[in-house]
Amino acid sequence: MISQSFEYSAPRTLAEALALLAGGDAKVLAGGMSLIPMMKLRLAAPGRLVDLSRVPGLTGIREQGGALHIGAMTTHYEVESSAVLRAKCPLLAETASAIGDVQVRNMGTIGGSAAHADPAADYPAALLAVEAKVTLARKGGERTLAFSDFLIDTFTTALEPGEILTGVIVPVEPAGAGVSYQKMLQPASGFAIVGVAARVHNGSVRIGVTGLSGKAFRAAAAEKIFAETRDVQKAAAAVPLGVEANSDIHASADYRRHVAAVYAARALNAALSRAS
Amino acid sequence: MATTITKPDTLVGKRIKRKEDPRLITGTATYVDDIQMPGMHHACILRSPHAAARIRSINTHAAAGHPGVVAVFTGADVAGVGPVPCGASLPGLRVPHHSILAKDRVYFVGHPVAVVVARDRYIATDALDLIEVDYDVLPAVADPEKALAPGAPAVHPEWPDNIAFTYHQEGGEPDKAFAEAEVVVKQRITSQRLIPTAMETRGVVAEHRAGQLTIWSSTQIPHLMRTLVAMMLGVPENLLRVVTPEVGGGFGSKLNVYAEEALMGFVAMKIGKPVKWIESRRENYLCTIHGRGHVDYYEIAARKDGTVLGLKLKLIQDLGAYHQLLTPAIPTLSVLMMPGLYRFRNVSADIIGAFTNCVPTDAYRGAGRPEATHGVERMMDLLAVELKADPAEIRLKNFIGADEFPYATATGLSYDSGDYAKPLKKALDIVDYHHLRQEQARAKAAGRLMGVGLSTYGEICAFGPSPATPAGGWESATVKVEPTGKVTVMTGASPHGQGEETTFAQIAADELGVTMDDVTVIHGDTAVVQYGIGTFGSRGTAVGGPALYFAIQELKKKIVKFGAMLLDSDDVSFSGGLCVCNKSGKTVPLAAIAGASYRAMKLPAGEQPGMMATYFWEPPNFAFPFGAHIAVTEIDRDTGQVAIKRYVAVDDCGKIINPLLVDGQVHGGVVQGIGQALYEQAVYDDNGQLLTGELTDYAIPKASMVPWIESSHTETPSPVNPLGVKGVGEAGTIGCSPAVVNSVVDALSHLGVRHIDMPLTPERIWKLISAGGRA
Amino acid sequence: MKQTITVTINGKAYSHEVEPRLLLIHYLREVLGLTGPHVGCETSICGACTVAVDGRAVKSCTMFAVQADGRQVVTIEGLAADGALHPVQQAFWEQHGLQCGFCTPGMIMTSRQLLERNPSPTEAEIRHGLEGNLCRCTGYQHIVNAVKAAAQAGK
Ligand SMILES: Cc1cc2nc3c(=O)[nH]c(=O)nc-3n(C[C@H](O)[C@H](O)[C@H](O)COP(=O)(O)OP(=O)(O)OC[C@H]3O[C@@H](n4cnc5c(N)ncnc54)[C@H](O)[C@@H]3O)c2cc1C
Ligand code: FES
Ligand code: FES
Repeated sequence: MISQSFEYSAPRTLAEALALLAGGDAKVLAGGMSLIPMMKLRLAAPGRLVDLSRVPGLTGIREQGGALHIGAMTTHYEVESSAVLRAKCPLLAETASAIGDVQVRNMGTIGGSAAHADPAADYPAALLAVEAKVTLARKGGERTLAFSDFLIDTFTTALEPGEILTGVIVPVEPAGAGVSYQKMLQPASGFAIVGVAARVHNGSVRIGVTGLSGKAFRAAAAEKIFAETRDVQKAAAAVPLGVEANSDIHASADYRRHVAAVYAARALNAALSRAS
Repeated sequence: MATTITKPDTLVGKRIKRKEDPRLITGTATYVDDIQMPGMHHACILRSPHAAARIRSINTHAAAGHPGVVAVFTGADVAGVGPVPCGASLPGLRVPHHSILAKDRVYFVGHPVAVVVARDRYIATDALDLIEVDYDVLPAVADPEKALAPGAPAVHPEWPDNIAFTYHQEGGEPDKAFAEAEVVVKQRITSQRLIPTAMETRGVVAEHRAGQLTIWSSTQIPHLMRTLVAMMLGVPENLLRVVTPEVGGGFGSKLNVYAEEALMGFVAMKIGKPVKWIESRRENYLCTIHGRGHVDYYEIAARKDGTVLGLKLKLIQDLGAYHQLLTPAIPTLSVLMMPGLYRFRNVSADIIGAFTNCVPTDAYRGAGRPEATHGVERMMDLLAVELKADPAEIRLKNFIGADEFPYATATGLSYDSGDYAKPLKKALDIVDYHHLRQEQARAKAAGRLMGVGLSTYGEICAFGPSPATPAGGWESATVKVEPTGKVTVMTGASPHGQGEETTFAQIAADELGVTMDDVTVIHGDTAVVQYGIGTFGSRGTAVGGPALYFAIQELKKKIVKFGAMLLDSDDVSFSGGLCVCNKSGKTVPLAAIAGASYRAMKLPAGEQPGMMATYFWEPPNFAFPFGAHIAVTEIDRDTGQVAIKRYVAVDDCGKIINPLLVDGQVHGGVVQGIGQALYEQAVYDDNGQLLTGELTDYAIPKASMVPWIESSHTETPSPVNPLGVKGVGEAGTIGCSPAVVNSVVDALSHLGVRHIDMPLTPERIWKLISAGGRA
Repeated sequence: MKQTITVTINGKAYSHEVEPRLLLIHYLREVLGLTGPHVGCETSICGACTVAVDGRAVKSCTMFAVQADGRQVVTIEGLAADGALHPVQQAFWEQHGLQCGFCTPGMIMTSRQLLERNPSPTEAEIRHGLEGNLCRCTGYQHIVNAVKAAAQAGK
């Protein structure tokens, strides 16, 4: 459980970080809660780590033009305990509080989680449900992408080599919106066997699902059924339909599909009860 | 037999906080990995990635040349080292040669193949990647029933049937009992493979200096280890010292002599430098013993009125690829305890020990008894269901009576003392059984799945009379009063978390009339402490305690003699730390007596100077704690998740020396039982790959996964020892799993569910609920 | 390439040349001889290695020493001030919150963080707050009691 050797840099500016990343097999280090375990298992062996923890401007939560800008290096604990987020984007705060354990939440970052695209990670479900965007910086430029376009597949995102995810943008929830994140835990690791984020507003619903398949997804068919019928059970039952479900020693594909429907109903009901 | 001592106002019996804690809560305790020595090197072990393979060749050239590496050894280098020992003997037992590094074949994933020794562990880890092993991969078998099937791959080619031994035991007239029975109930019941998971993995430091080899090992049995490692290495036992520093939990997994102790001894002698090996968690899961691994076929015979007549068991034990110290003996303990607390006069058991391409099984907390209790307690519930009887009633009806002790069981044991109805009735009162059943009926009527599960267990512990144990069942103690009056106790038991530094100090302080602070308890160093057996099988207090008690009685005789001399009286008694002349009332304190014994200006006739006594106590019998546990569960019918709503444990471990510590043992034991019931299982795939190879996949309970445990006691003293103690280290684990499983089966019984094998994962339960339809 | 780091540990500044891959836990244990934090799993599950970095409880097996450069680290050895036990340490002792003691340094460090953030936790909050720390001996009940007692003492 010891990594291979590598070089380490802790740049003090974003430009410096981007420059360091440009060369060779460098990798960004954020909270390290996913990357370091992989390096210790020697599943990842970057030649250089570029630690973003000392780059100013990558942390913190700021409101601007009806949206909340969350720095990529904002930790899960900061999201979970942020008064602003609790009031204005409670789904994100609730989801953050369901991640791992205290120590993991103290280190792990929202940018790291988004960039890592672990199929059992919690944030992606919520980020899809709130229709988040991500900002990506590269040498000499920046782009903004919908999170749904950013997330491509298992451990795969739209990040180009040399690019850094600098922040996540989520809309301020309108009054009357109701949200909920429901997660069944894998008892050993604490990751999601299945996690469902639901957000309802004015009778329309958005459902983000994680853990069920190779990547987190919006349950579009279920959302549509709900819009048409307002029937929670029917909508929830549609969540796993047609999904190629993961299967491992902790849960078979069938069970995961079943739990996804059950947890979707729970998330929908909880969100509805909080909505007005 | 001695009678039980009870004295008013003593330390024994009080909730006293532990003497060992200050070093542990400040981070200043020394575990094996905390040892640092000048010039110390680090060893890492290359292990087989295959469950069965021939080794065609090993190329260590690149690793040996890696900067910082001082040596690489393979099986060929250690050919002179004796095999890893098996201490158990059974008629006809097949014992494979278990060399400390693989020779030409590997038998399980994790089998040690080579060892790299380097300046530090980072370099040693890097060098492991440079060793090339050419394997010819062979078919493997990882399931004991599959291993016994015709045509299965042979784990050891010399024994193609994969049978290590068969064992038959019978008492009474089982066939007649079954022929005459009005009801017979049968069930296949498994106790899955578990990984002990002491939070500290194993570790060994070895140093060879000035002709003496010293081995520091995280073990429960330092003296036995010294003897066995001396034999493996061929070094004189009196030039080998084994030191057990702080041990971070054992639960049986450190009741063993593994390849690595001898291997590090070998390395230290070869390189002439101290060497350290610390097991990674993955190695711990792959190579340290597992527990349980039973497939049991039970049959119970009874009359219609619920009177039990007989019990039959066919037991298939998954042994793994080798025998560790006690591997084949563990299932025989299950057989001994199969009658549980009941009047089974007719029993028969057949064990088949099956080799598999897995790491060996051996003693894990409870060792054989949880399996037995799980079996008989499940069977009693199945019988109750069959007869539409109440599970509490059927137990009360068949208990051995409080007036029947000592009770000779059909398996040849003599239960020392008991009142089995007492804890059950107490537990039933605590949960308010009658109302609980009404509440359950209402819950079920409302469509909720609520269950009530009982388990009444007996366990054999305080191992034990020497003739019944492989390596001596006695324990030793030395007690010294130093010249200043301070008391030093040296115990041959080697506690590792159980708190004997405290309980033994309580005993010594009471007996010698000194304070707890005046007593120091030393253990775990073969150069300092007289030979001892160790701590396992709930014996630390139950066998080590009486040894200490008797050593003190010996010492007291000497104290009185010196006191008489100093008081110039022939009528002297000793109590409260003073010798008193019963005529004049004059006193002399212990410190003065001790001082005089060492100065030795004058000696009582026939006495030696000094104030020390040693006692090796041979217990006349085992002790048999018992108890009753009740679990109330509710099942989420949509997902199959089990919530334990209430957990009540009433345990009788004889006399209680420190209730705080006893509660701690019960809580810890119950939570390991819950782990087995709900979460834990070592999963091997068909190729013998361990799929639960890290704590990210093997779920031991976290704080949020277990309920509050309502623990209380009854106290039936054991007549086996003068302290009246029985032992409590394993009780919680033994009592727990059947309570939980019985509760969950009870919750689902109306859906037609009769039995569920552990662990009761949500998915397993959900499948049963789905199959049974929504009632 | 080795790098020089300066870390303040239990109030004292240290400077060392380290390999970037050196884990913080190994830096503390093997370079500085602070063997209070333990290694129980290496996969960030057990929490035995928990220390505080800039006031945050972290698993030092999942952090490189270079990441701690310029930061404040507190280990179990740094909790007792002038020989007086920290209230959480005291409570673990009083309530028998430990048996083998291997999980204890990490358990105490996390409990301390928990109480800093939530001075009057419920039983459920304590159990949830300790999910990153495994104990195989105690069954957690006496640990829960210890955290409650420490909370009480802190009032
Ligand atoms: C014990 C444990 C339990 C956990 N449980 C959960 C859980 O229940 N749910 C859950 O969702 N997660 C869980 N995690 C994962 C955790 O949330 C991680 O923090 C997260 O997945 C990654 O964030 P990080 O900041 O630690 O990223 P790192 O580990 O530092 O990086 C992860 C990857 O993303 C890249 N990266 C990081 N930041 C950026 C950036 N700004 N721009 C570009 N690339 C970047 C890195 O190069 C790396 O490839 C757990 C982790 C552990 C150790
Ligand atoms: S050793 Fe760090 S969490 Fe287990
Ligand atoms: S006290 Fe032993 S692991 Fe917690």
